[in-house]
Amino acid sequence: MPLSPEEVVHVATLARLGLSDAERRRIGADLDLILEHISKLQRADISEVPETAQVGNLVNVWRDDEPAPSLRQAQALAEAPNTDGQYFKVGAIQE
Amino acid sequence: MTTQAVGGRVAAGYEAVIGLEVHAQLLTRSKMFCACSAAYAQAPPNGNTCPVCLGMPGVLPVINREAVAMTVRTALALNCEIPAFTKFDRKNYFYPDLPKGYQISQYDLPLSLNGNLEFVVDGERTRCGITRVHLEEDTGTMQHAGHVLQEATSSLVDLNRAGVPLMEIVGEPDLRSADAAREYLVRLRQILMYIGVNDGNLEQGSLRCDANVSVRRPGAAELGTKVEVKNMNSFRAVHRAIGFELERQVGVLEQGGTLVQETRGWVETRGATISQRSKEMAHDYRYFPEPDLPPLQLGRDLVEEIRAAIPELPQARAARFSEQYGLSAYDASVLTATRPEADAYEALVSAGVTAKVAANWQMGDVAALANEHRLALADSGLGVAGLAALLKLLETGAINGPTTKDLLAELYVGGGDAAAVVSERGLGQVSDESALAAIVDEVIAASPKACDDFRGGKTQALGSLVGQVMKATGGRADAALVNSLLRDRLSG
Amino acid sequence: MTTAGLTAAEMAAALRRGDVTPRQLLDDARAQVTRLDRGLNAFLAHTDELADRQALRAAEMLSADAGAAGPLCGIPVALKDVLCVEGYPTTAGSRILDGFCPPYTATAVRRLLDAGAVPVGKTNCDEFAMGSSTENSAFGPVGNPWDVERVPGGSSGGSAASVGACMVPISYGSDTGGSIRQPASLCGVVGFKPTYGRVSRYGLIAFASSLDQVGPFARSVEDAAAAYVAVAGHDPSDSTSLPDQLDDPVAVLQRGVNGMRLGVPREYLGEGLEPGVRERVTEAIAVLEGLGATVQEVSLPSTDLGLSTYYIIAPAECSSNLARYDGIRFGRRVERPTVADTMMSTRSAGFGNEVKRRVMLGTYALSSGYYDAYYRRAQKVRTLIAREFDAVFETVDALVCPTSPKVAFTQGAIQDPIEMYLNDALTIPVNLAGLPGISVPCGFSAGLPVGLQVIAPRLCDARVFQVAAAYEQATEWHAHRAPMVAA
Ligand SMILES: [Mg+2]
Ligand SMILES: [Zn+2]
Repeated sequence: MPLSPEEVVHVATLARLGLSDAERRRIGADLDLILEHISKLQRADISEVPETAQVGNLVNVWRDDEPAPSLRQAQALAEAPNTDGQYFKVGAIQE
Repeated sequence: MTTQAVGGRVAAGYEAVIGLEVHAQLLTRSKMFCACSAAYAQAPPNGNTCPVCLGMPGVLPVINREAVAMTVRTALALNCEIPAFTKFDRKNYFYPDLPKGYQISQYDLPLSLNGNLEFVVDGERTRCGITRVHLEEDTGTMQHAGHVLQEATSSLVDLNRAGVPLMEIVGEPDLRSADAAREYLVRLRQILMYIGVNDGNLEQGSLRCDANVSVRRPGAAELGTKVEVKNMNSFRAVHRAIGFELERQVGVLEQGGTLVQETRGWVETRGATISQRSKEMAHDYRYFPEPDLPPLQLGRDLVEEIRAAIPELPQARAARFSEQYGLSAYDASVLTATRPEADAYEALVSAGVTAKVAANWQMGDVAALANEHRLALADSGLGVAGLAALLKLLETGAINGPTTKDLLAELYVGGGDAAAVVSERGLGQVSDESALAAIVDEVIAASPKACDDFRGGKTQALGSLVGQVMKATGGRADAALVNSLLRDRLSG
Repeated sequence: MTTAGLTAAEMAAALRRGDVTPRQLLDDARAQVTRLDRGLNAFLAHTDELADRQALRAAEMLSADAGAAGPLCGIPVALKDVLCVEGYPTTAGSRILDGFCPPYTATAVRRLLDAGAVPVGKTNCDEFAMGSSTENSAFGPVGNPWDVERVPGGSSGGSAASVGACMVPISYGSDTGGSIRQPASLCGVVGFKPTYGRVSRYGLIAFASSLDQVGPFARSVEDAAAAYVAVAGHDPSDSTSLPDQLDDPVAVLQRGVNGMRLGVPREYLGEGLEPGVRERVTEAIAVLEGLGATVQEVSLPSTDLGLSTYYIIAPAECSSNLARYDGIRFGRRVERPTVADTMMSTRSAGFGNEVKRRVMLGTYALSSGYYDAYYRRAQKVRTLIAREFDAVFETVDALVCPTSPKVAFTQGAIQDPIEMYLNDALTIPVNLAGLPGISVPCGFSAGLPVGLQVIAPRLCDARVFQVAAAYEQATEWHAHRAPMVAA
C-alpha cells in the first residue's frame, strides 16, 4: 500500500528531515516504488528462521573498567558551530 | 478537599496503584562505552568527553565489563533471574543532550527479569515485584537560559555526564500508598549502597525516581488512567508528589471529570504536580539491535561468581543482629542502616565490647557526635578501634559513665589514646571502698536533713547525697558503690 | 620517466634497490594527480603535510632496516573520504560534514601510517557511501578513467579511479553492498572486500554498521593482498573486530587452483546481465577450469531477495547512524530559533537526495507497526541467504561470478532508484553473509572493463586471493591501462 502524505510527513518528522513539498512528493513516490519492489520479501518462507543482526558470531566483547584521559574542553568544542567557549549552544527547546 | 489522604493512602473508596521506575548511575571508574571518567562532576563543562561520548562520526562503543557485573549484582540482590542471552539495543530519538541521536539501552532481552523487593510499611510486610533491571547510558545535561524550560530562548549543553553507566530498575505497580512508595525507594537505595553500585544521591541525581500513579475502585480489574510523575529529587518529594497526585486524581474523578494519560512534573515550590504536555513531537523510539556491540552470554559460572561476592544485605543483617546480639528489631535496623555503621558495630563487639553497651553508645552519643561533626565514626579521629578501647575502660570499671561520655566527645574528632589520657589526668574511677566510705561519712554528717528525708521514705533524697559524693571525687567515684555505701549506713 | 604506472610491489623493489626514494614516488603520484584529476575529480582533499611527513618517515624506516620495513613502506596511497585522519578534512562526500576535521585517526589509517605508507589525499565518494556511481557526492561526480563521461561505479568511485588512472598504486575504500568490488570492476582494477570484522571500523564513518568493511583497490592481486594485510587484524576499539588469527594471503598467491572446487551460482548469471559481461565471465571461468579447477553450477535460491533485504537493513541502520548529524557538536548547521527547527533545517540542507531517501526508508522500516513486516523479516531472510552460502560451501571451495551486471554507464543515464540499486544485486549477498569477495579484471566489453568476482567462506580471505592470483597470472587483463594514463 502506498504511503499517505500524512505518513510521509510523520516519518520525516521522526527522522528530523525538513522536506519541501516537492521533496515530500518525490521521496514519497520513490518510497512507494522501493517498498513495492521490496514486497517480494513477504513471499519468503521464514517460519522457524532466526534473525541475523550480526555476522561475526562474537559474544561477550568488553573492556576492563580503566579510565583514560579525555579531550580537553577546547578540543571537545573545536568542531562545534555554536558554543559559548564552555558549552555547546542550542536554541529554544520548546516550539 | 474532601479526599484527605491519610498516611499517604488514597481516600476511602479508591485504591492507589503506584509503580516506580528508578535510574541509578553505577559507581564504575570509567563510562559505559568509552574510557572517560565516570566521575564527571569535577571536570570543566565538556572537559570529560571524548570522540565516543561526543558521538563523533566513525567512532564505536566498547562495553564496560564492570558495569555489566554491577548490574548483575544488583539484579541478584533484587532476586531477579539472569537470562542466558542478552543484548543492547538502540533507542532512537533526537535531543541535544543525546549525542548520537540514540541511547544505547536494552529493549526486549534485558540483563535481568522478574525480581522482587520485600519491606515493611507500618508494620505490614509488603512485597513489590521488579519487572526488570537493565543497563544503558546516561545523557548529557542542559542549562536553560531563563529558569523555566518553556520560557528558555537558548540552552547550553554539557556532555560530561553523557555515557555514564546507568541502570534502570523497573518496579511493578504493586505499591498501594505514598508511604509504601517511599519505603520501597528507601530500601532499594539502601541495597544499592550496600552492594556498592550507587552512591544514593537523590538530590544530585545519581539516583532518580519516576512514578507511575493511578487510582481505581478497589477490586476493579483494569487499571485507572496512568500518570507519570517526574522531577522528584528527595524522599520527601517522592512522598509529597505521589500523595498530591493521588488526591488530585481522586478529586478529578469525584467531580465527575476524566483523567488524561500524561507526564506531570513535581514542582517543590508549589507543592504540586504540573502537566508537562508540550508541543514536542510524538515519540517512536524505533528500537533495534545495536549492530556495533556483540550480544552477551553470561555463563552460570560468572553469575555465581558475582552472586558469591554479594555482601549480607541490610534486612538479613538486621535479623542476624537481633538474633546474635540480642538486640530489639528497632535497634538492629538502626545499626544496619548503612554498611559502615553495621561494620563498625560488629567491629566493636568483636573487639570485646558488650553487645548492649556497644549498641547504646553507637546509637546514642556516637550518632549524635557523627551528626554534629558530619563525620562518620569510621572516618573520625577516634575511629572504631579507639571507641572500642574507650568502652572497654568503661566496662572494666577503669572509668565511669560520665568520664566516658566526656572523653568520647573530647577525642571523637582529633582522636587519641583514651587510656593514656585517663592516667595522665588521673581520671580513673575511685572504687577504693575505704576511701569512698570516709567521704560518704563526711557527706552524711554534713547533711542531716537529706538523711532524715531518706529515712522518712523520700528515696529521691539519696540522689542529692550521691551527687555530693561525686562532687567530692571530681565525678570519678564508682556510682554503684557509693549508692550501696550510703544505703548501708542510712538503713543501719 | 615517471614511476606512476608501477605496482606497489615494483615500487617497493625499486625503493630497496635504491633506484627511487619515497619522495620521488610521492612527487610522481602528485604529478599524475595534477595531470589527470581535473578531468576525474577523484580527490576531495590532498593531505600534503601528512604525505611529506610520511615520505620522510618511510625513508628513515628503509635506511634503518629495509628488510623490516613492510611492503607499503614509502608507497603512495589514497583514502576514501569516509576514513578519519586526525586534523584533516573528512566529509564522507556530504555537505553536512564540509570542513569537519576529526580529532582522531581511523585504526586502518593508523596502521598504514605505522607501516610507512604515504597518503596523498582523500578520495571522492557517494555521500555517506550511499550509491553505485559516485554521482551522489555533494562535491561533484567522478569520471571513469576509461571514459570520463561514464561513472566509475560507487560508492568508492574516487578510490577506484585514482588507482585506475595510475595516480596511486593502492587506495582504500569501504564496501557495504559492493562499494569496493563494483567500482573496481567498472574501473578495471582489483578490489577486495574482507570477511566482516577483519578490518577495524573504528574511524570509518558508518553507513550500515553490520555490513561495512574497509578494503583495498590495486592494479594487481599481489598488491591488493599486501594492502589488505597492512590494515587487517583485531582492534579492541571495534567490538565487532575478529580476534581470529589471520591466514596470510600473500603466501598462497602462487598456489594456483589445480584441484580446487569452484561453484558458479546459477542465479548470478540470470537475466539483467549484459551480454558482454556474461561472455567475459564465462571465458574467465573457462580459464580457471583450464588451470585445473573443477567447476560446477550451484544454486543460491534466495539471491533475488538479497536486494530487498539489503534495502531494509542498510537504510534502517543508516537512519540511526546518521542521527548524530544534528549540527550541534560538529559539522554544518542551519540556525533556527528552536532546536527542533535547527535540526530539521540542518539535516535537510546538509543531506542530499539519496541520503534523505534512505533515511526516510529506514526510519519507516523501523517505525512502530512496520518493524515486524520489514526489519524483522529482513533479518530472517538475511539468515536464509547466509545459510544458502554455508550450504554451497559444503560442496565447493569458492564461488566465481560477475561482480557487476553492467559495465560503466554514462553519467546521469540512470535516474530510477531501483535500476541504480540493481547494480549491486551480485555483490550485496556477500555483505549480508559477511563473506570475503574480490573483483579482478577479466576483459572488456565495448572497450569498458568487466570484473570477475570470487567469493569464499567467512575467514577464508586468503582463498579469494589465491583464485584471483591464479586467474591474473594466466591472463593479461590487469596489464591494460586506461588510455588517459598514457596520453
Ligand atoms: Mg531508561
Ligand atoms: Zn568518552
